Amino acid sequence: MTREKLLEVRELKQHFKTDNKSVIKAVDGISFDIYRGETFGLVGESGCGKSTTGRTIIRLYNATSGDVIFNGTDVHRTKSKKELKAFNRQMQMIFQDPYASLNPRMTVKDIIAEGIEIHGLVKNDAEKTNRVHELLETVGLNKEHASRYPHEFSGGQRQRIGIARALAVDPEFIIADEPISALDVSIQAQVVNLLKELQEERGLTYLFIAHDLSMVKYISDRIAVMFAGKIVELADSDELYHNPLHAYTKSLLSAIPVPDPDYERNRKRIIFDKDQYDPTNSELREVKEGHWVLCTEEEYKQLIK
Amino acid sequence: METILDVKNLHVTFDTYGGSVQAVRGVNFSLKKGETLAIVGESGSGKSVTTKALMGLVAKPSGRIPQGEILFNGKDLVQLSDKEMQKVRGKEMSMIFQDPMTSLNPTMKIGKQIMEGLILHQKLSKQAATKRALELLELVGIPEPQKRINQYPHQFSGGMRQRVVIAIALACNPQVLIADEPTTALDVTIQAQIIELMKDIQAKMGTSIIFITHDLGVVANIADRVAVMYAGKIVEVGTVDEVFYNPKHPYTWGLLGSMPTVDSADEKLVAIPGTPPDLIHPPKGDAFAARNEYALAVDFEEEPPLFKVSDTHYAATWLLHEDAPKIEPPQAVKRRMKGIAAEGREQS
Repeated sequence: MTREKLLEVRELKQHFKTDNKSVIKAVDGISFDIYRGETFGLVGESGCGKSTTGRTIIRLYNATSGDVIFNGTDVHRTKSKKELKAFNRQMQMIFQDPYASLNPRMTVKDIIAEGIEIHGLVKNDAEKTNRVHELLETVGLNKEHASRYPHEFSGGQRQRIGIARALAVDPEFIIADEPISALDVSIQAQVVNLLKELQEERGLTYLFIAHDLSMVKYISDRIAVMFAGKIVELADSDELYHNPLHAYTKSLLSAIPVPDPDYERNRKRIIFDKDQYDPTNSELREVKEGHWVLCTEEEYKQLIK
Repeated sequence: METILDVKNLHVTFDTYGGSVQAVRGVNFSLKKGETLAIVGESGSGKSVTTKALMGLVAKPSGRIPQGEILFNGKDLVQLSDKEMQKVRGKEMSMIFQDPMTSLNPTMKIGKQIMEGLILHQKLSKQAATKRALELLELVGIPEPQKRINQYPHQFSGGMRQRVVIAIALACNPQVLIADEPTTALDVTIQAQIIELMKDIQAKMGTSIIFITHDLGVVANIADRVAVMYAGKIVEVGTVDEVFYNPKHPYTWGLLGSMPTVDSADEKLVAIPGTPPDLIHPPKGDAFAARNEYALAVDFEEEPPLFKVSDTHYAATWLLHEDAPKIEPPQAVKRRMKGIAAEGREQS
């Protein structure tokens, strides 16, 4: 089966200027592809640039430089309103905080139907109501919920509303930015199961951004690890977990607490020295089929031995 | 080992316009010297309220303790006046909160915040308190304490701030340290450092720790014993090995099953359906019954008592009754139990 690229990110940079004339290089030249139908995980610690990457891809920020090619067109060069609108319909986002991402003054129906209206996907009000009811059922809520307001729901239910809103315009690609971090463990599993089911039914492609590595491993086909604005390692999720090569990935994996007392007693944490990290001469190089590591020429020679 | 804290039939209720919320509904547990007890459960299960009650921090007048005893070295803390409680709080028992951004005073130098308790409780002179504060900063692994002691909280990173909070909590050598989700707001690598620090300090000073978290990975790492709370009650309690390798309560199964293991990529996670019950009107019978796929008819009628599994392991589920049908835990949970099975083979 040949894999079709849905999204290509090329040398993407997102630099923010702060008032004292210094520049924060939140995303500093990253490249990766996402194939149709897969879940691509992006992990890293707070401040590594993973959320900025997601937001730049969907063009909430204009990129400093680099390209984001979605379905063959460059997102950051689409100028006309019409093109942008078409793009927005294909790419949607689910946010981290289900308390902050839903307008408290809008009913659930209005929240979900907003996109449907903007894109003129229904002819009349009755059809719109039907569509909203269908979507609510898809995400495991029911149609009685349509007339309520966000504050009447629990965190997990709100996240379901956020998912229904993203699905409303039939997107191909969804960016999920820490969609489960704010939820309880048992509710996290509900939402992750829902995302997986929807992917199977609708052939969705996901960019799943998170810091919880065990959940990312579970949901993703491939994973990229970010550190200080760069991707330090990218591989199939099994390969990344069983054969991490970059020092940062190793340290990150060794820090994950595992719910197994025996394992925890024998855990050895690997310390990553941030002061020793210098990416100046490093590039992301493919050391094994599909396994990329940020390394220098010499390190590369060592790794492919 | 000597029991330092003994909680008996603790109830905590909050009066609201909608009615009385029974946040904690009869909790029993004990804490021994030098041990770590983890309390796990979903938000709203009553784990934080339980520890707030221990510290005498239940907000009055809406919150009250209608019944129960908290015996700390034999003395019932529930009966103490506010003034008497102040002598316990921060001195013999202290607390680390979840969010180091909000639990430190942004307008006070951190040195002063650490010294406050020392001057108040231990009647140290300012000089002696400064010296002790420097020692504490060193103990919690903050580099350059001489310089740091005169800085404000905003000059510290999240992990460093939590270290300061720990230093404050440890200032008076408390016998009991209560940590309410102390690492939830931190990144995994920082979380690992803080947990190592707490274990280190416990080994040095013999402190007893109550650790509240919803992260079972953290529990497996730090706990000697685990209490699982649901809807204001402890539904299962045991040593860390017993609860992880031989869980008996379906709610514990649900918690364990909803976390993926490294090799569980192809199967669905065992999500617990629904949401926790309303504690203004707690359901009749077992509060977990409505979300429990293994619920028996009796669960909806009568509340299960704590059944004994071993001397240290108890679970409140009718499935442990001798007349109950034999039910196997779900596959995802059974796979986790392999640890204890492997041990069994070694012994035989």
